[in-house]
Amino acid sequence: MSTQRAAWVFITPALLVIGVFFALPVAAALALSLTDFDLYALADIKNLRFVGLQNYADVLAAPLFWKSLLNTVYFVGVGVPLSIAASLGAALLLNSPLARMKGLFRTALFAPVVTTVVAVAMIWRYLFHTRYGLINFVLVHFGIAPIDWLGDPHYSMPAIIIFAVWKNFGYNMIILLAGLQGIPQELYEAARIDGASVWRQFRHITLPSLRPVLLLVGIITMAGYFQLFAEPYVMTRGDPLQSTYSVLYYMYEEGFMWWNLGRASAIAFILFALILIATRVLLRLARRAEPS
Amino acid sequence: MRILLAAALLVLCSCARDGGVTTLRFWTIGREGEVVAQLLPAFERAHPGVRVEVQQIPLTAAHEKLLTAFAGDALPDLCQLGNTWIPEFAALGALEPLQPYVDASDVVRSDDYFSGVWDTNVIDGALYGVPWYVDTRLLFYRSDLLAQAGFDHAPRDWDEWRRVMAAIKRAAGADKYAILLPLNEFEPLLGLALQQPEPLLRDNGTRGNFESAGFRRAVEFYVDAFRNGWAPPMSNTEISNVWDEFARGFYAFYITGPWQIGEFKRREPELAGRWGTAPLPGFEGNSGGAAGGSSFAIFHSSPNKPIAWALAEYLSALPQQQAFYTLTGDLPARRSAWDFPQLKQDEYARAFREQLEHVVSTPKVPEWERIAQEMRLMAERIIRGGAPIDTALRDFDAKADAILAKRRSLLAAKSAAR
Repeated sequence: MSTQRAAWVFITPALLVIGVFFALPVAAALALSLTDFDLYALADIKNLRFVGLQNYADVLAAPLFWKSLLNTVYFVGVGVPLSIAASLGAALLLNSPLARMKGLFRTALFAPVVTTVVAVAMIWRYLFHTRYGLINFVLVHFGIAPIDWLGDPHYSMPAIIIFAVWKNFGYNMIILLAGLQGIPQELYEAARIDGASVWRQFRHITLPSLRPVLLLVGIITMAGYFQLFAEPYVMTRGDPLQSTYSVLYYMYEEGFMWWNLGRASAIAFILFALILIATRVLLRLARRAEPS
Repeated sequence: MRILLAAALLVLCSCARDGGVTTLRFWTIGREGEVVAQLLPAFERAHPGVRVEVQQIPLTAAHEKLLTAFAGDALPDLCQLGNTWIPEFAALGALEPLQPYVDASDVVRSDDYFSGVWDTNVIDGALYGVPWYVDTRLLFYRSDLLAQAGFDHAPRDWDEWRRVMAAIKRAAGADKYAILLPLNEFEPLLGLALQQPEPLLRDNGTRGNFESAGFRRAVEFYVDAFRNGWAPPMSNTEISNVWDEFARGFYAFYITGPWQIGEFKRREPELAGRWGTAPLPGFEGNSGGAAGGSSFAIFHSSPNKPIAWALAEYLSALPQQQAFYTLTGDLPARRSAWDFPQLKQDEYARAFREQLEHVVSTPKVPEWERIAQEMRLMAERIIRGGAPIDTALRDFDAKADAILAKRRSLLAAKSAAR
C-alpha cells in the first residue's frame, strides 16, 4: 500500500504537468471544434453557439480542404521516402570505415536541422529564383530549360519537398547512424568470409538490423511531414494556384487569419485522425513484413 | 513614530515620481513607425511627463498580433489601423468612439478630410478613427508608349481605355502587353467594381451582391483585358520586378498606389518624363476607386485616452502632416496639407489628389477582407481555370453568403429582440 502511495507521489507532478499543458488544451480544443467560435464570439461570448459536428461537415465539404489534403499527401508520399533515403545514405557514408573527418561531416550535415527555417528559406528562395538562381544556372549548364520553381504550380511542390528534405534529413541521419553503429561487426565479417557482395551485405544484414530504427524514423518523419506548414508559409504562402496549400496551412488561415477558431480546431482534429490512421497502417505493414 | 512618518513620506514621494511619467504605448505598422519616431521628441517636450513608446509591427503579423492582444487584454493606447480593419475592431468593441474628441478639437475638422476616406472610419454612425495618411490605387502609365499608339493623354473612361489598350497591344506585339493586372491581387478589380452604382453587399451587408449588373460589368471588363491579350495572366511573383518590367515596356499600364511613386523615381531614373499617373478611368463618368490608408485609433481599454488623443491631434496638425509626407511619401489625409509647395508641385501626386475626392469605402463589415480574397480566387478561376462568368459569379455570391452567415443570424437575432 505504502509503495503504491509513494508511486503516486512520484508521478503526480508529471501527471499534473501533462494534465494542465496537454490534456486540458486538447479537451478545450475538442470543445471549441463543436462551436462556431469566431470574431463575434471573441467580442461577446454570448455570440458563441454550439453547432455540433457542423464544423466537421463544413470542412469535409470544402473543396479547398480536399485540395490541401491532396497537396499534403503528395508532400508526405514523396517527401518521406526521399528524406529517409537521404538520411540512410548520409548515415552509411559517415559510418563507412573509409570516411575521414567524421566529426566535421556529422556536424555539417546536421547543421540544417538546427538553423531557423525563415533564414534558410530566404537563401533557398534565391537558389530557386527563375532567372538568377543557382539551381537553374546548373540546369542550364546541362542543357535543361530554366524552371519557374516557385511560380509554376507543377514545380512549386517539388521545390518545397527539396527544401524540406534538405532541412530535415540530418535529424534522421543521426538516429540511423546510432542504429548502424549498433550492428555487430561479426555479422559483416562472416558475410565477407562467405563472399557476400557489398549490396548483399546491405540487403541482408544492414536493412534487417535497422528495421526497428527505420520504423521509428518512418513514423516520426511521416507524422512530422503531415504537419507541413513552415516551408510553404515562408516560401510561397500557399501559392501558386494554392498548389502548396497544406492542411495545416488551411488550419492556420481559418484560425489566425479569419479567426474561425471553431473550424480551425475541427481541422486540427481531422488532421490528428489522419496521422493516427497513417501511423496504424505503417505499423501494420511493418508487422506483416516481419519474418515470423 | 517620526521615522515611520519619514518612511511613509519617502514612499509617497517615490510613488508620485513614478506616477509622474506616463508611458503612452503607440503601435505602428510597417515603415511608418521608423519615421514617426523623428516627430515625437517635440511632442514629448510639449507634454512633460509623457513618454511615447513606439512599437513597430510588421504588416504581415499585424492583424494576428492585434487580435491576440485584444484577446489577452494587452492592446496599446494608440494604434495605426489600416482603414479596412476598422469595421473588425469596431465589431469587437475594442475601439473608443472619437466624435466627442473631434467635436472639442481645433485641429481635426471633418470637412478638411477627404469624405470617402473619413467615411471608412464611421461604422453604424459612430466615428472610430481619424485618418492619418491616405491612399488609393490608380493608373500608372507610360506616356511614351501611349504616344506611340497615338494617344496624347491617359484614358478617362472605360471605352477610351479599351481603345488605348487595343492600340498598345497592336503596337507592342505578342510578347508585350498593355496592362498588368496581377492575378494575386484583388485591388484592381475592386477599384472597377466600386465605380458601379450597385453596392457590393446588400441587405445591410449580410449578403453578396455580386450577380448585380454593375459587378458583372466590372468583371467582364477585367476578364476581357485577359481574353483580348491586353493583360498577361500572371501573378506578381512571376513578374518578380514590377518596376523593371514597367521600364522595359512589358506593360504600359499598372494599377497601384502612391507608395510606388517614390519607388519608380528611385529605381528607374532613366524613365523620368516618360511615365505619369492618372485617375482610374471611370465608368460612365463615375471615376474613383477604393478609399485606403491608415487611421489613428484609440483603444477602449486605454487608461490614457486624453494623452493618446493629444498625440493623434499633434500628428494630424499641418506641420506634422507635411513633415510626414517629406519623410515617407505617404499622402496627407487633410486637404489643407496638400497646399504644401513640395506636394503641390509633384506632378505624380496630382492624380491622387483628384481621385481622392471620389474614393468610396469598401463594405464596412468585419468579413470583407475574406470576401475580397474570394473575389481574387473567383477571377483567377475564370481567367486561369476557364470557368464561365455566370457560374463564377453565382458561386462567389454563395460563398459570400456563407461567410456572412453568422453576421446575418446575429443581426436577425438583434432585430427580433427589439
